[in-house]
Amino acid sequence: MITILLNNVEVQVEEHWTVLEAAKFYGLEIPTLCHNEGLSPYGGCRLCLVEIGEKPKTRLVSSCTYRVEPGLVVRTDTRRVIQARRMMIELMLSTAPNSKILQDLASRFGVTQQRFTLRNEECVLCGLCVRMCAEQMDGRAIGFQNRGHKKKISTPFDIQSEVCRLCGACMYICPACQLRCQGPEPDTAICNACLTMEPTCLERYDELQCWMYDAGRCGTCVQDAPETGRPKPE
Amino acid sequence: MTSDQTKIQAIIDKHHGQKKSLMAILQDIQAEFRYLPQESLRAVAKTLDIPLIDVVGVATFYRAFSLKPRGRHTCTVCQGTACHVRGAPRILDEFEQRLKIKAGETTEDKNFTLETVACLGCCAIGPVVVVDGDYHAHMTVRKVGTILKKYRK
Repeated sequence: MITILLNNVEVQVEEHWTVLEAAKFYGLEIPTLCHNEGLSPYGGCRLCLVEIGEKPKTRLVSSCTYRVEPGLVVRTDTRRVIQARRMMIELMLSTAPNSKILQDLASRFGVTQQRFTLRNEECVLCGLCVRMCAEQMDGRAIGFQNRGHKKKISTPFDIQSEVCRLCGACMYICPACQLRCQGPEPDTAICNACLTMEPTCLERYDELQCWMYDAGRCGTCVQDAPETGRPKPE
Repeated sequence: MTSDQTKIQAIIDKHHGQKKSLMAILQDIQAEFRYLPQESLRAVAKTLDIPLIDVVGVATFYRAFSLKPRGRHTCTVCQGTACHVRGAPRILDEFEQRLKIKAGETTEDKNFTLETVACLGCCAIGPVVVVDGDYHAHMTVRKVGTILKKYRK
């Protein structure tokens, strides 16, 4: 057991844990997309970013790939982290605007604008299907091909693979395959239909102050802060 | 076994069928056939006991490998900043018109493959065109015909 400082609280963690596992053990929710407990860590979606180190020398690392170390200082909900996550959601949403999981994330994190050209590629290259196929299904039928902006996931030569057993696990795990619900404005890039409230703590403090993670956000902060000029939830 | 299959097998055997030699084997096949035929990748995957998708992943990752047949000669037209301001786009246009192909394609007679590159690092002698490793400095639209004639049989 080693001691780390998790959101200003000293906690005991196992040496082999990642920061994500430690945070989860202590009830802190860190959003993930490319992470799955049954698969190897990948660090591709960058949603699980946390800020480590002490000011002024802090840096962002992906918590799903970062091992805990003695005396590590982790902060999971700083302004920098939240802004980085919002940017990642916005970027991924521009690639796959039809994904329900991404739309829900956008609602939850208050991503209300879309500044990038929509590409409708319906794949965010999170690699879940590739790892699922190789690690759980022992199939190795799909994989990454090309690189840079041409990178894609496909079978060899884009024809049906001989080793594919059509198990469908890749589609089961895909975060972009599940279509978004047709909200009030289905044509816009971000539907935000589930967005009823967003915490206003960041306007006053440097960190999210919400302790209502698991119970869902109560929204008291929004109702108590009419001076922020935000439209009140209906 | 056809002669191609024998050739591929000989190349794999030359590297003792070791997994770590994957890149070297692919390079040798590329040198022999000027591209990587599907059958060769399947043969490599089978002999080295590597999943086919991983072999394809490596083959598509590097620009040195091509899955499409390439021409006998490769014309690389530099499109870097220095070459660009000295008229590289016009030189590329001239190549495209004379060869009747677009950049990245191969002529029908499999004689030329036309490619672009972002910078070759020899900006002082730009615009630069490289044909089969020979650097042609200070290219002009007029010189394009002479160069093509030299390599055309």
